[in-house]
Amino acid sequence: MKLFSKKNTKFRIAEGNLIVIVIVLMVILSFATKNFFTVNNLRNLVRQTSVNGIIALGMTFVIISGGIDLSVGSVVGVASIVVAKLLVAGMGVFPAIIIALLVCVLLGTLNGLIIHYGKVPPFIATLGMMQAARGIVMLLSNARMVAGLPKVFTGFAQLVFLGFPSLFFVWFLVILVTFVLTTKTIFGRNIFAYGSNIEAARLSGINTAKVTVSVYAMSGLLSGIAGILMTSRLANGIPTAGQGYEMDAIASAVVGGASLSGGSGTVIGTVLGALLISLIQNGGNLLGINSFILQIIVGVLIVASVWYDQIRKTKKN
Amino acid sequence: METRPFLELKGISKQFPGVKALDNVDLTVYPGEVHALVGENGAGKSTIIKIIMGVYQEDEGTITLNGEQVTIPNVIEADRLDLAAVYQDLTLAADLSIGENFFMGQFPRKKNGMIDWNHVYSKTAETLKALNVDVDPRLRITELSPAMQEMVAIAKTVHKKSKLVIFDEPTALLSNEEVEILFEIIKKLKASGISVIYISHRLEEIFTVSDRVTVLKDGQHVKTLPVKETNEDQLISYMVGRSLTDMYNIEHYPKGEELLRVEDLNRGKALKNISFSVKRGEIFGLFGLVGSGRTEVVRAIYGADSIESGTVYFKGKKEVINHPSKAISLGIGLLPEDRKHQGLALTQSINHNINLASYKAISKFNFVLEKRERQRSVEYVNQLKVKTPSIHQLVGNLSGGNQQKVIIAKWLCCESKLFIFDEPTVGIDVGAKQEIYKLIEQLTKEGHAVILISSYLPEIMGLADRIGVLHEGSMPNIVEREAFSEETLLRYASGL
Ligand SMILES: Nc1ncnc2c1ncn2[C@@H]1O[C@H](COP(=O)(O)OP(=O)(O)OP(=O)(O)O)[C@@H](O)[C@H]1O
Ligand SMILES: [Mg+2]
Repeated sequence: MKLFSKKNTKFRIAEGNLIVIVIVLMVILSFATKNFFTVNNLRNLVRQTSVNGIIALGMTFVIISGGIDLSVGSVVGVASIVVAKLLVAGMGVFPAIIIALLVCVLLGTLNGLIIHYGKVPPFIATLGMMQAARGIVMLLSNARMVAGLPKVFTGFAQLVFLGFPSLFFVWFLVILVTFVLTTKTIFGRNIFAYGSNIEAARLSGINTAKVTVSVYAMSGLLSGIAGILMTSRLANGIPTAGQGYEMDAIASAVVGGASLSGGSGTVIGTVLGALLISLIQNGGNLLGINSFILQIIVGVLIVASVWYDQIRKTKKN
Repeated sequence: METRPFLELKGISKQFPGVKALDNVDLTVYPGEVHALVGENGAGKSTIIKIIMGVYQEDEGTITLNGEQVTIPNVIEADRLDLAAVYQDLTLAADLSIGENFFMGQFPRKKNGMIDWNHVYSKTAETLKALNVDVDPRLRITELSPAMQEMVAIAKTVHKKSKLVIFDEPTALLSNEEVEILFEIIKKLKASGISVIYISHRLEEIFTVSDRVTVLKDGQHVKTLPVKETNEDQLISYMVGRSLTDMYNIEHYPKGEELLRVEDLNRGKALKNISFSVKRGEIFGLFGLVGSGRTEVVRAIYGADSIESGTVYFKGKKEVINHPSKAISLGIGLLPEDRKHQGLALTQSINHNINLASYKAISKFNFVLEKRERQRSVEYVNQLKVKTPSIHQLVGNLSGGNQQKVIIAKWLCCESKLFIFDEPTVGIDVGAKQEIYKLIEQLTKEGHAVILISSYLPEIMGLADRIGVLHEGSMPNIVEREAFSEETLLRYASGL
């Protein structure tokens, strides 16, 4: 029976287009450059995309809920400095990571609490957090790099399993978990309802405080994970780590079909969006295209993808 | 009336994905004519309006105005052609004042180029007064009750000098008094030669205000005839394809034990010492003029708004309900009066909305059992006859009446014991109305209780076992079924 059909066709249209674009771009780059299709470059590409991709997934939750999180880049910095400081102070790798992640979750939770109870618009609340958290980072580190991290920690990012860099597996795990959360759980359903109409969600018994706080805490956690991976990769705690990453994260989600008005967005879309943006940057570099021009291209891509989406929607009407 | 028609639609068709909303429809409206448009939910009434107003484009067919064929590519063009509409879904800017809404896009300027606010507000006040709408033009739209918002939308539309004014279910949210005001307004329009298209599910209104009526069914034109040559039963049979009689005549079942008792509910001026109780199997009506506090009472019980003092007992136990989730877990469901803003997640699917409040029941370890989810949706879509090609359709794309059915389905899913229905049949066609009444009957038969708010006297008098009448936040009178009369209820409602 048609009424009962399982899939909604949304997937095939939005993500389908992106998959095609990503594949075409990869094929073109493989032929157009010597270095694209080499193990080294692909691994690098994957490492870079993993960090952005993880942050972007946190952002996707926030955007589905109708909010925005501008503080992710600063939280990456917090994770980087906190974990590095703790390690240098001699703490074990495992507890250091846990503490750094807890701090990041705390910052995210604070965002959520301020937004829910203070009724401060997400843009403002997280803009404040972006500034404050970066300030904390600078204070903690005296605006200096934290060097001398143990090998166990820095070695992780260089590990390769089954031909894939370790960071990829972390990203993959995050993709799996977020995919299941958004599509299979009550929590996921509630975020979509909340992002679509918060009052209707509340009157349907959804605990809106819980949704707000979890969404921003989740974004904090994922930014923290990204920050730690990045620190491992760069082998130093870096105070400016993550600066500007909020833009890449938002761009990935939006290119992947998430709408800033809330209530829509998918994990797969964001993953593809993140891939596409990395590909443009990586491929552009290999082709020797001026990086400022690449920036223009990414800018155009963001606007064009939303524009295209709108055209498709109005066509349907 | 053998003058030249003002508006002529010929062979209009419109296809949405999976739905043929209009199929070769003709419509002719003369100057000074009030032309009613009736049909079931999803018959295509709003779609035809949106095509006239340039919101949607017709796939086929022609539009002729004053003998001249026109195309109306957008709303601006419709405005230029002196066409105006009050839409079914309100279209006021919620955070702006009434005055700002009235003059939006054409603010009067002072010599120095600044907006002449005095003029804006005095002019708006004047217009409102002329139309007997009693409200301060400086208030923001969000500060108004839904009924007042509707009156403001009507006033705003009417005050533009138009040649055709369309009303898409204007009375859905209005009480008798305001309906009277609206009818006066329509009479004035008619007298000055303006054409009116009037859509309503309340058929007796059609006979009061309109000259001719067109019936649509499933996007097709069924009949156009002068109202003098027809009657309600005939219209219904054209609309539904069968006849319906005695809609409000439901079975009243013996009452069981007390389910809900409310004692001395208070909040500022909105609620003053509200006390009443509802038994299993009972339909308790809440009646009152708009703004009398009916909605406030149920929202307080439901935990949607806070209270200052008062006690609520459910199943004989004292309960503190401070959040809707608490109410839901006790078995209370609320169908709010403003479905767009409070009832539905419009950008989500039917499937999601129907299950929204009861995912716990169809999940394991917080994982949604998707097959059960879809089964429930299909079951209720079929049972309530929601008109849609798929349960994955976005609720925002449904016609108004079908949206209402989705909310009802949501509470049916929750297996609630007390159903609070705040204006449940607003914008619902006669066939579906009867289904909802049958459903209410069924609920009480199964021993559930219903609190029913309705501004519509025939409905509330027909269905309720007892009616509590509110006046300015207090409810001194609860009327038993034997004592129901329009006169009594209206007298209590106005505090006499
Ligand atoms: N934007 C849209 N996308 C898809 N389908 C639509 C859209 N707008 C309307 N429809 C469908 O077209 C049909 C006609 O809808 P319309 O809103 O005109 O009904 P209506 O007669 O006004 O009903 P009601 O009395 O419930 O307001 C319905 O089946 C509806 O689901
Ligand atoms: Mg309609």
